[in-house]
This record gives sequence, C-alpha cells and structure tokens, in this order.
Amino acid sequence: MAPIIEARHITKTFGRGKEQVVAVDAVSFAIQEGEILCLVGESGCGKSTTGRMIAGLLPPTAGEILFEGRPISQMAPEEYRRYRHAVQIIHQDPYASLNPVQTVQQILVTPLLRHRKVDGPSGARKRALELLEIVDLTPPEDFLNKYPHQLSGGQRQRVSVARALTVEPRFIVADEAVSMVDVSIRVSLLNMLTRLKEEFHVTFLFITHDLALAKYFAWHGRITVMYLGRIVEDGPTPRVIQDPRHPYTQALLSAVPEADPELTRRKRRMELRSADIPSLLALPSGCTFHPRCPYFVEGECDVNVPPLEPISEGGRVACPVRKSEPIQLLA
Amino acid sequence: MTLSTASSMANSVTWVQEGETESRPPLSLRDVHIVYSSRRGPVQAVRGVSFDLHGGESLALIGESGSGKTTLGLGIVRLLVKTARITQGAIRYRRDGREMDVLALEGPELRRFRWKECAMVFQSALNAFNPVIRIWDQFWDTARAHGWSDRRAVRQKALELLRFVQLDADRVIDAYPHELSGGMRQRVLIALSLLLDPQILILDEPTTALDILTQRTIMDLLRRLKEELHFTMIFISHDLAIAAELADRVATMYAGTVVELGPSEAIFYQPRHPYTLGLIRAVPTVTGGYEELYSIPGSPPDLIDLPSGCKFHPRCPFATERCRKEEPPLEKVGEHHLAACWHWTEVAAELGRTPLHRRTPNA
Repeated sequence: MAPIIEARHITKTFGRGKEQVVAVDAVSFAIQEGEILCLVGESGCGKSTTGRMIAGLLPPTAGEILFEGRPISQMAPEEYRRYRHAVQIIHQDPYASLNPVQTVQQILVTPLLRHRKVDGPSGARKRALELLEIVDLTPPEDFLNKYPHQLSGGQRQRVSVARALTVEPRFIVADEAVSMVDVSIRVSLLNMLTRLKEEFHVTFLFITHDLALAKYFAWHGRITVMYLGRIVEDGPTPRVIQDPRHPYTQALLSAVPEADPELTRRKRRMELRSADIPSLLALPSGCTFHPRCPYFVEGECDVNVPPLEPISEGGRVACPVRKSEPIQLLA
Repeated sequence: MTLSTASSMANSVTWVQEGETESRPPLSLRDVHIVYSSRRGPVQAVRGVSFDLHGGESLALIGESGSGKTTLGLGIVRLLVKTARITQGAIRYRRDGREMDVLALEGPELRRFRWKECAMVFQSALNAFNPVIRIWDQFWDTARAHGWSDRRAVRQKALELLRFVQLDADRVIDAYPHELSGGMRQRVLIALSLLLDPQILILDEPTTALDILTQRTIMDLLRRLKEELHFTMIFISHDLAIAAELADRVATMYAGTVVELGPSEAIFYQPRHPYTLGLIRAVPTVTGGYEELYSIPGSPPDLIDLPSGCKFHPRCPFATERCRKEEPPLEKVGEHHLAACWHWTEVAAELGRTPLHRRTPNA
C-alpha cells in the first residue's frame, strides 16, 4: 500500500538572489499509515518548514508531496480538500493559535459546522463534548464556555488537539506541540497523543528539538535528524539513539545534558572543530557539517554532498566516511 | 520592615543551619516571603523560603512555571517589580568577614551589592542588552556606573572575560547585540556579569531556548566557572538536566516554597517529596534506554487562592486528611537532606517497591 505521506526531494527556498536561503534541500521520506516519525534538529534545520509543507500550509519550491500515493499538486479541488482535512497541524504555542475572543465551544463548533461534520448546532455541541472527552478535558461541560486565557498551557494545547480532531484527521503534524508545556504535564499530553494513534489510527509527524521527548514518543517509530535543511540520518528510534552513525547525530547525543547525575557523568563528550552554526546564507560546500565535524576528510567532505545511504542496522546515513563506525556514547 | 523584626524572625526559624563549624555561608535566606499585588488579590509568589548558600557551591532551584523560583532570584538581588514586596524574612550576605542585611540596603550600597557582590544573568539574553549600543559600551556603561574611570583597564578586562567565555573577543566587543547568535549573547551576558568580580552568580534559565550544541558550550562554561574559579552559583531552571549536571545541591520549589532540599545525588536517586519524585518520573533521558514515564495529575495551584494545608495535596498520590489541613515543615529526611512532606517515609517505601526507571542505562 502507498504510504499515507511521502516527500520526494522537496525543497523550499525563501528570498531570491544573494539573499536566497535554502531552508529545506531535497528531502525525501515516506510515512506509513499508523506510524510515528519524529523530525529532530536544531533551530534553522528546516524541520518546521518541512512540517508546514507536509500539512499543505507552504508549497514546496521543488519536489513533490504525495498523499496516499497521489501528488498533491495534481489533485482536483475535491481531492485536495480531502487531503487538507486528513492532514492537520498542531502548533507550538496554543496561546497564539487559538482565537482569544472565542470560547472553547466556538473554537470547536465552527469547524464542525463549516465542514458539515455534524447535523446542526445541537449535534455540533454533542460532538464538541465528545472531543473534549477524548483530549481528557473532563468533565467536558466545564470547558465549553471557557476562553483560552482561562485555561492552563496544557489545557490550551488539548483544545488545539480537539480542534484538529474536528475534521477527523488521519495524519497530524505536531510541531513542538508539547515544548511549551510544564514538565509535569508533558507526559500526559504525549500519552494522549499516543492514544489517538492507537484508538483512532492517527499517523504522526512529531517535530521537536528535544531528543529525550523524541525518544520517548517515537520509541516504536522512527527518528529523522535534519541539519541545515538536509536529512543526515534516519532510522528506527532505538537504533538512531543507541547506535548513531552520523557525526552530527553523535554530537547531539553526546552534548545533550541528561536529567540524571550519574548518566550525565558517564557520557563521552565529542569535541567539535567549531561551535558556530554556519549561516543559511553561506552554506558550506559538500557536507554542510564538515566545518564542525571531527572526522573531516579534506578533499572528500568539503567537495561531495554525501548521499543518504541505507545501513544494515536500519535506516539511512549521509556520511560515507563514518556510516559503518559505531561509537560508545557512555563510558 | 525594620532590621530588628527581620532578625528576630530569622531566629525563630527552626531548621538547623548546616556547616556551622565552617566559615559562615555567603548568603542566608530566612523565611522569605514575596507578594505581588494584583487586581484579583495578593499573589503569594514566595512563601517562607530559607536556605544557606555555601561558598563555592552551586545550588539549583528547580520547579515549574509559577513555582516562585525566578521571583526568589529577583528578590535576592532586590530587582523585583514595583508591584512585588518582600513582606517578611531576612536575607544576609557575607564576604571577607563583613555581613550585610540585603533587605536594608538602599541607594549606592544596593547598587554595589547588585553587581559587585551578587550578579544576576537573566533568562532572555537579547532583552537584557540595550539593542542600539555595542557590546563594548554595555561593558563600559556598567563599569562607569560602578565607579570605574580607566577606559583602557575596563577594555582590557572586558576582552579577557570575552576570551574566557570562548568568544572571538576582538570581533565581539565591537558588535551590536543583534549581530550575535543566542549562544554568543548568553556568553557575553555571563562575561558581563563577571565584570565586577561578584562573589555570587544567579543564573535564570541559562540554557533555556538554546540549541543543544550551544547549550553544551554554556554548560561547559558554567562548569569552568564552578571548577576553575570556584564561583558560588544559583541556577534557576525548570530543566532537571542542568541540575543533574551542575548542581551540588538541589532545591525543589512548589507553590512558592522549597519543598525539598538536598545533595544532588540524594534528590535524583532518593527523592523524599512526592513532587520531586513526580518530576523525576516525568522526565525522559536520552541515552537511558526505554523508560516508563508518569505525569503528575492536575495543574499547578492558583497562587492567589492556594489550597489548604500542603499545597501539593490536590495532585499528590500520598495525600491524606492531615495534608489537607496542615502544611508540613521542611524536616530532616537524610544527611543534609530536607523535605516538607508528612508522608516522606511512604515515598521512600514506594521508591523501594518501584525503583526509578533510570538506574540501568543501556542495559
């Protein structure tokens, strides 16, 4: 069966001429129905731009996005509408993405009626209550007449999820969806999203800069690591986290502080050749990580763009120099 | 508030002062209360915080948004907004045998205390700079405000500090803040805070909103401040990882008060307050293998309308009738380890039954 979402060499450039920025550079991946794919990377790596293109909020400059095997650029209006309903996005900041002068009821009922998902206002109210129940805002009656500012950050994000669910999506792009929420309630939000996957077979593209969150949410899925607009490594989550092969993934994993004193002490640090991230306006030649990479090979890494090649342990790595070399993350 | 009430209040605080045999701690807080006035009523942001900060130690104040940790930091350097008031308690500062009552400081004395004795590095590095003046002028203005007049000496020192924080000093010193990346700005801010040789450094969320590799450079820099220069530091953070990596001691704050305080290892491996335990069980590690995580039910309390008794009781799995009625004091639960929970022995027993998920990384 065709993957629910496939990206084929999608590229996004902003600006033109000397000011042109390549935010996403020929990125390809496929997501099967029911899967979780985590897109991780630092700011400016193109993960959010990729997410926005997948959700149809931004057209790719080049390349093609396929929904159930059909290129969205070739879809007829009716088919395109179905795709836009099926793929929803949840943004990072629920305070910015919810209309502050609408009550939770209005926020949920408007799309339900607009897209004729229910029969009339009483059906819409009933459905809104069900949706609130699904996102664990209980008892739901207590929330219908609240405004976003009367809710906590976690509750607001649950309302965003409920709103996304009004159109019965099959695919959700969650862009840093729990990053702004306090630690103690993050896990319950993630567990709620996991339940959507299990009960409603929603497929997830989960975008985050937080490797620990990616690991937890996508343990049974896959992780894709991006750096300056390109995928540098992907694969099943346990493989990428425990046996990273791309020097950038290794650098991230060795650098990330751990919420455990003993573990953090046992970690082996990787020294980079440069601490500074290059500007998107002046990307390095060849492998864009080469000016920082400790394994830099002159005449190779600064000349050739490394291809993303499969490795036998699972997934793909864009580093011909190091892809077959496991490292020890812990001493 | 007068000096005498402050000190009598300090004497009425019951918990033991640690390390009485050693030299006296550079900073002591006793029963500090900070209240914001708001239209809905007084916001009890900090309620009765007491601790000693020992020379050369780093203490992490951890807690979620609204726990009072930033307000407490601002209170220590007396930079609270006008709507906030320190209503009770005492803050004492000591250096080279001198002692001062921080809450009684005024005018020039207060200014001297703020940067020369105790410097604070704020959370948002961009907002902490004047955007229209160069880095050098930020240094010069600070130095001048504190009575320096030798431009050359100040520039020399600024360059040295910028080099210490591993920046290209000659370039950075003439740059405008917007020309620098987030990590570079954070490092400049740390360099600037060191300009007047303070004894204590308070860092509010020093690594929040920075990328992982940038975070690492800041963490390594803070580690050098601690290990090479023996700074006395307070880290304010919601991120347990910074506490795990840099703190000698950790104080967990909830609803404006310290609910647990102890050596870092004790807090991470033998937490005795249900809230600390909850936080640790809610946070995943990266290289620790697969972990079962648990969230804390409910949400943080309304600081205007606080729950009765223990402020954590509505979210606590150990809560009983007593917790609803009486707020537990901090009491000794181990070596240098304090927790404010009526049921801390049960927390210990529960930890025995269900050990922490993260003790066996990469088994």
